[in-house]
Amino acid sequence: MGAEFVQLSLTPILIGILAAIACALPGNFLILRRQALIGDAISHVVLPGIVVAFIVTGTITTWPMLIGAAGAAVVAVIIIEAIRRVGRIEPGAAMGVVFTALFAAGVLLLEQTDTSGVHLDVEHALYGNLESLIWFSAEGWGSLLDPQALAGLPPELFRMAAAAFIIGVLTIIFWRPLKISTFDEGFAGAVGVPTTIFSLGLVIAAAVAAVAAFDAVGSIIVIAMFICPPAAARLMTNRLEIQVLWSIVFATLSAIIGYVLAGYGPLWIGRDHAVSAAGMIATVSGIILALACLFAPHRARIGAPKEG
Amino acid sequence: MSEVALELASNEGKAVAKPLPADSPLLIQELTVAYGEKPAVFSVDASIQPQSMTAIVGPNGAGKSTLLKAVLGIVPRLSGKVLVFGEPIENVMQRVAYVPQRASVDWDFPTRVIDVVLMGLYRELGLLRLVRRAHRERALACLDRVGMADFADRQIGQLSGGQQQRVFLARALAQNADLYLLDEPFAGVDAATERAIIDVLKALRGEKRTVVCVHHDLATVSDYFSNVLLINIRKIAEGPVATTFTAENLQKTYGGRLATAHIDQLKLPVA
Repeated sequence: MGAEFVQLSLTPILIGILAAIACALPGNFLILRRQALIGDAISHVVLPGIVVAFIVTGTITTWPMLIGAAGAAVVAVIIIEAIRRVGRIEPGAAMGVVFTALFAAGVLLLEQTDTSGVHLDVEHALYGNLESLIWFSAEGWGSLLDPQALAGLPPELFRMAAAAFIIGVLTIIFWRPLKISTFDEGFAGAVGVPTTIFSLGLVIAAAVAAVAAFDAVGSIIVIAMFICPPAAARLMTNRLEIQVLWSIVFATLSAIIGYVLAGYGPLWIGRDHAVSAAGMIATVSGIILALACLFAPHRARIGAPKEG
Repeated sequence: MSEVALELASNEGKAVAKPLPADSPLLIQELTVAYGEKPAVFSVDASIQPQSMTAIVGPNGAGKSTLLKAVLGIVPRLSGKVLVFGEPIENVMQRVAYVPQRASVDWDFPTRVIDVVLMGLYRELGLLRLVRRAHRERALACLDRVGMADFADRQIGQLSGGQQQRVFLARALAQNADLYLLDEPFAGVDAATERAIIDVLKALRGEKRTVVCVHHDLATVSDYFSNVLLINIRKIAEGPVATTFTAENLQKTYGGRLATAHIDQLKLPVA
């Protein structure tokens, strides 16, 4: 693997790995809190928020996008609450309706908006543009030490690295209260853990991961990475600490194997066109989950406690 | 006399005839909690006696668990005051241990018995302090008190209901508190666990700590507890079991739901 790999594949793979990890970390806690679909929901709501932010500011830089996504999330919560109260519909159904409707509205809005100057269209929203995040200025592995070449790295790499780093550091610092409040919210409150702030913070972390990953890798990967690596990791161990490490391993494996299979797999079987890296990465994460279900050591879940 | 005691005395505009709030491990004043528009607990007053074992008794939906949670601030209080050892409970949380209902958590959570007990040391460990051998040994000693030392490394989902309840009690013991609030600690446990739990609770009382349990088994109230607080949204009665746990008060608490025949079977104190 030489210069061509560094120029064309290295940065997309790194961005894919970072996006997968940034989503998988909060995903561990969301799944244990039975809120796995919040990740799904957020990645849907992000789209109209980003489009509106683009219409207002004319750029797709990080902060307007984050604020737009956050605004959309707030609007979504208000609409859900309104539907639930006025329509007397159960919360799950209200959520489902609102998120899909907002995503669809985002697609319509996007079609009507002139985004020719930027990487923002319906296809990007779904599969991102991982393959295009290449490192033009790289000439080989040596470029990793060349400041001039490094300056030419795609900005998405830094954005994604920053998001993954912040989420990782926050997870480590707040590990203990996060674990206690995920396991036993009542007890956590009684020992002074601000449980509301933590459940909100978790959703915000998931939103940051989703927004940062959205532009680079699209919502398919975001949705898959919130759920598949943590769910597979749960089947590997009975300790949360180790589960989170496994989820990072699975997220990384999904990104690498998925990207390589998408780029080179079709050539191996004699086709000339690569397939979508985002789609393949998400598929690989699903296959890993399926394998974990079949072969992982702790797949025999204990289930409801026995009265004894 | 603490500031709060003074304030109470002056509010009522008379000399303090009642015991000072500072003497009560838990003083509840006009506590009201509502879910939506319906009050779950309405204007409940209670004064838990020092070193007592108090049962909170009442029918399903009477607000027993809600009362505990509101005391701890886990559910918001609509109005009312909660004083622990004379101070607002928020200032003295380190003196209070709480055992939630066993069924309120997912026992399939990926963690070991010892890790659950170590959660009781959260106030000491804070965010980043490492768990040292001394912490681990304390947690093991607490497990030993409930007869679960051999299970320290088990995944919590492998425990029986009674064993899970004992682990919860061990976690509360690790908190080394002065006031223990337990929500239905005897619900759905085996006889051996019930025995083990009551022995630990009685030992706590012997160590001059105070125990308050939400309790559902009327038949054991007289055997296990010194005091009783009868509630059904509102407070019905409060006092020593001998004088308060009477057929008349139970009838008031449960209304028509408790048949006279059932009351007759209880070993009620003769008032």
